[in-house]
Amino acid sequence: MTFGTPAYDIAHLLGGGVLLLSFVLLYQRRIDAVINAFAVQGALLAAAAAWQGYIQGAAGLYVTAVIAVVAKAVLIPLALRHVLGRFGLQRAVEPALGVGPSLLAAVALVGLSVLVVLPITAGQAQALTREDLALALSVVLLGMLMMITRRNAISQVIGLMSLENGLILGAVAVTGMPLVVELSTAALVLMVAVVGGVVVFQIRGRLETLDTSFLHRARGEEPPA
Amino acid sequence: MLTALSLTLAGLVMLAVLPLLALGRGWPVGAVVHGGSLLAAAIFAGCGLAALLGGAPAPQALMPGSWAPMLLALDGLSAWFLLLLGLAGACSALFALSHYGRAPARVLSAYPLFLAGMALTLLAADGFTLLLGFEGMSLASWALVAADHEQAENRRAARLYLIFAVASGICLVPAIGLLAAGGEITFAAMREAPPEGWRAAAVLALVVAGAGAKAGLVPLHAWLPLAHPAAPSHVSALMSGAMTKVAIYVLARLLLDVTGPAQPIWWGVPLLVLGAASAVLGALRANLEEDSKTLLACSTIENVGLIAIGLGLACAFRAADLGALAALAAGAAALHALNHALFKSLLFLGLGEVLHGAASRRLDRLGGLIHAMPWTAAAVLVGAGAAASLPPLSGFAGEWLLLQALLAAWRVGDLAFQVLAVGVAAMAALAAALAAAAMVRLFGMAFLGRPRTPRAAGAADGPWPARLALLLPAGLTVVFGLLPGPMLSLAEGALQALVRQDVTERATIAAIRVGDGAGAYMPIGIALLLAVLGAAIVFLVKRRAPSGVARSPAWDCGFIAPPQHLPFGDPITQPSAAGLGQPLRRMLGNPVLAVHEGVTMPPPGDPSPARIEAGFADPSDRLLLAPLARLRDAVVVRTERLRDLTLAQCLMLPFGTLVALLALIAWLEAR
Amino acid sequence: MGFLWGLLTQVVHLALMLVAAPLVVGVIRWLKARMMGRIGASPLQPLRDLRKLLLKRPVLAENASWISRAAPYAGAGAALAAVALVPSFARGMAFAPLADLVLIAGLLALGRVAMALAGLDVGTAFGGLGAAREMSFAALAEPALLLAVMSFAILAGTTGLDAIAGTFQEGALGLRVSLGLALVALLAVAVAENARIPVDNPATHLELTMVHEAMILEASGRHLALWEAAAALRLTLWLALLAAIFFPFGTAPSGFAPLGWLVGLVAWVAKIGVLCLALAAFESAIAKMRVFRVPEFLGAALLLGLLGALLLFVSTRLA
Repeated sequence: MTFGTPAYDIAHLLGGGVLLLSFVLLYQRRIDAVINAFAVQGALLAAAAAWQGYIQGAAGLYVTAVIAVVAKAVLIPLALRHVLGRFGLQRAVEPALGVGPSLLAAVALVGLSVLVVLPITAGQAQALTREDLALALSVVLLGMLMMITRRNAISQVIGLMSLENGLILGAVAVTGMPLVVELSTAALVLMVAVVGGVVVFQIRGRLETLDTSFLHRARGEEPPA
Repeated sequence: MLTALSLTLAGLVMLAVLPLLALGRGWPVGAVVHGGSLLAAAIFAGCGLAALLGGAPAPQALMPGSWAPMLLALDGLSAWFLLLLGLAGACSALFALSHYGRAPARVLSAYPLFLAGMALTLLAADGFTLLLGFEGMSLASWALVAADHEQAENRRAARLYLIFAVASGICLVPAIGLLAAGGEITFAAMREAPPEGWRAAAVLALVVAGAGAKAGLVPLHAWLPLAHPAAPSHVSALMSGAMTKVAIYVLARLLLDVTGPAQPIWWGVPLLVLGAASAVLGALRANLEEDSKTLLACSTIENVGLIAIGLGLACAFRAADLGALAALAAGAAALHALNHALFKSLLFLGLGEVLHGAASRRLDRLGGLIHAMPWTAAAVLVGAGAAASLPPLSGFAGEWLLLQALLAAWRVGDLAFQVLAVGVAAMAALAAALAAAAMVRLFGMAFLGRPRTPRAAGAADGPWPARLALLLPAGLTVVFGLLPGPMLSLAEGALQALVRQDVTERATIAAIRVGDGAGAYMPIGIALLLAVLGAAIVFLVKRRAPSGVARSPAWDCGFIAPPQHLPFGDPITQPSAAGLGQPLRRMLGNPVLAVHEGVTMPPPGDPSPARIEAGFADPSDRLLLAPLARLRDAVVVRTERLRDLTLAQCLMLPFGTLVALLALIAWLEAR
Repeated sequence: MGFLWGLLTQVVHLALMLVAAPLVVGVIRWLKARMMGRIGASPLQPLRDLRKLLLKRPVLAENASWISRAAPYAGAGAALAAVALVPSFARGMAFAPLADLVLIAGLLALGRVAMALAGLDVGTAFGGLGAAREMSFAALAEPALLLAVMSFAILAGTTGLDAIAGTFQEGALGLRVSLGLALVALLAVAVAENARIPVDNPATHLELTMVHEAMILEASGRHLALWEAAAALRLTLWLALLAAIFFPFGTAPSGFAPLGWLVGLVAWVAKIGVLCLALAAFESAIAKMRVFRVPEFLGAALLLGLLGALLLFVSTRLA
């Protein structure tokens, strides 16, 4: 399976699309738009999983796809919107690091993951798997970057879940990954989302804000200026 | 031919003595010195051209029977840069002939020495002569930078310049020493035994630091925006146009030619990285500077960076056995060096003319000069167009070749290098676009709009020799822009020396081609296309539209007539230098240049205006110069303790040094 | 004989572009009006405007120099020269050997510099503001364009537009993430270069945020007509460029092929129509962004171009 065959090209495009959406997540300034982008990323991930299921002939991947589309593209965005609407939160994301520098850092991270994954997997796996692994690692790193560079708790939760999207993208690319692993990861994500939601409610209830930098006070650090 | 060049060098040294003899006697030595320099520059250009066309003459000793070998040679590389030096020098001398005839003796005598030093560096065929010429060039140009030493800023510039010149000497001497490990310091002998291992790395670091400091590569560029504007305009032109190219020549000679083709891919990486950093930083600073000559000096940093990128790529391609691409990259560097020498000389001389006419270098005190100085304005427009790399002028030809080389850089198989090359390509394109913005700002502020001072309104073009000094490089900029193919064929010898590969079959009169039909640039075709389409538009429009134009006051959404005391309009109503730089200052200034902007409001009740202050700090000041200054202070404190030593301890110091040196010799002999 | 056919193609292409340019502007305006529920002016309106402007005598400021008088011709000439190089309905035009993407970027820069100088010529506040912004935006747009070109050059082995269009039309390259990223980057650059929403608003004057209109504020009569024509040509050029690279279906090969030309013509008109519709919908749906968010927008385009080239290296290494 290599370039020019539709099977490869579509998988390639979907993986790239997921990565592109990670960039969109970093680029957006409004929480609504971040949630939208996250929903689209979830849908693309589901499509990627389904396509892998089709070309690998693995029915288990369809389950992953369905879970992804239901949880990530529909339920979690709806829940987040509900949170937003209920609190009437300020809609602007306050990046701790500017949008430009964080995008630059993101490209550097993609370069890094490419430089790491390709030599390691040389001669071991299929081209598609290797490339998807590089893309997946990039998505994971970008998710972490988003968690670090955004101060709003909701953005941080989304960063965490987009990181998890990267994990799933990597998992579906590798042929023969047991279904149990995927299901447990998916369950894990739901748990994470629930915990994240609870934390968000708690922060909101106690501090009247979702800006996590106010939590520093709890550790005895100075609040931000 | 080398005899003629040696005689020219001797003549230049004699010209340098002349003003000293004439001190206090009122002889008109200015005309003689500059006329002689003009002649010498013409001889340099002629010999360079002859050597490029007719082949290299055999090496020859500078002074037969002297204590050092001192070999001169004129191979393709030397000849190419000698041609460049001759052309830039001729324009500079022609300009000086009409404007600097009454310059003080220290300027008049340093000028020919400066020319001679550069020529000697280019002609040198051994390490000693190269260093002699290089140091002579540095010292003479230091005297020229310090020419106007009444002003404190010029003294500071000259001091910093001297420090950097000494530093580059300190780097280059051991580099030559390492290259000449066999004891032979001729280039021919060095080529036989290229350095390997740690010696190669040391040579690379030392040469990049030494010659790079002279060329103005980031982070060793701090002196350049200070020193180039401080010198008289014709010297600024020569420093920016030719001296940085001599430093580039030293880089190319030592890193590409002498050390031989047996170097690995990373050999070119320092040049690539530093070149890209210089290109972007220089171009960005050019958009923020408010002094016309400082702006041009920053643009020089940018162009030197682009040339260094070309050389670095040539190294990498050569190491990866991509001969044709190596020739392409080296050709881009050589062509851009020549083109930049001409258009930067033109721009410095043009702004020098403005300095004479309007008595200011500050952009905020110029304006509207296109009416008062039509010739200068037209020539500077050509130069600015070339510096903005617009087709079909010469700047675009070099830029096109460089971008083509960068676009092909992925063929070097190494993934890390490919990633680096993409970044460098983006930075080169960024630098080119930034340079265009800087040039629009320069021309718009100085020549367009309304005069900002009465003096700017009363300016006039210079006398005819000075105009010729502008029109000559302007004409050559156009011609070289239209004929990059023949110029590349002319540079054949230089490229042979750099990458041992020729490009003849790809460069014809009408076109340059890269790769196997991978792309072609046909400047004559483009110029014809532009001319024909432009003429057609003029013809069609003029046929339909009513002829002539009506004149009325500027509209500007309600333009207020100027107040009585400002007959040319209030300068505040016009764009300012800081205002034109504002978008780029806010967009790109912060991460690189630590830009700050602040508004000071008057206290309540005070009717004075609020002031906005903007400025920036070059990172090299903060990261390089400041720590060095602290280090210097610390060292001084330490050395001050030596004063407290007793006599016996003082005597111990030289004695101990002597014994240590003898021990070192003994150890070396024993090995 | 081949050259003659090339020349014929070229002439037909130029005529087509000259006709299409005002129509493209008119159609986009009309579509936007319809989408916003207005009736809108006829798509022929820009043509009528141009004719009206041509018949008026320009009024120049008292201190305007020859730059103001020459720049409109230079700008229009550069735009026309660039337009002449981008293939539309057929490949193998007479000027195809000249059509290098880096050169086209250079010609666009030439037009941009001419316009910026014209804006600065009279020394008015708006002209300087527009010129400074235009040149600054271009500083980020140009590297983004070059990185997109780099992806094409790696895939097609050349920067020649004709050859790139030919290679992409053969379709042997398949779908590529890098091309998708390059497309996004190019779209952002095109939006910025043509002063469209969200970077600039072509329909308003005297906004504090305006860029393109600020530079030609002092232009009138035939000079304004030339600037408008140059802007229309540039917009058409970008649409044609996108069509030639990313949607190369139906383009006739080089040589004499009347039927192929007809098919190519129909396909080209359809492609440009779809692009116009997309642009109108995009502009209607989105709001103009603040001037100081534009660098982020273009910077993102630049980084996507970078990412595209990066992923291309990965895939060339894998394949």
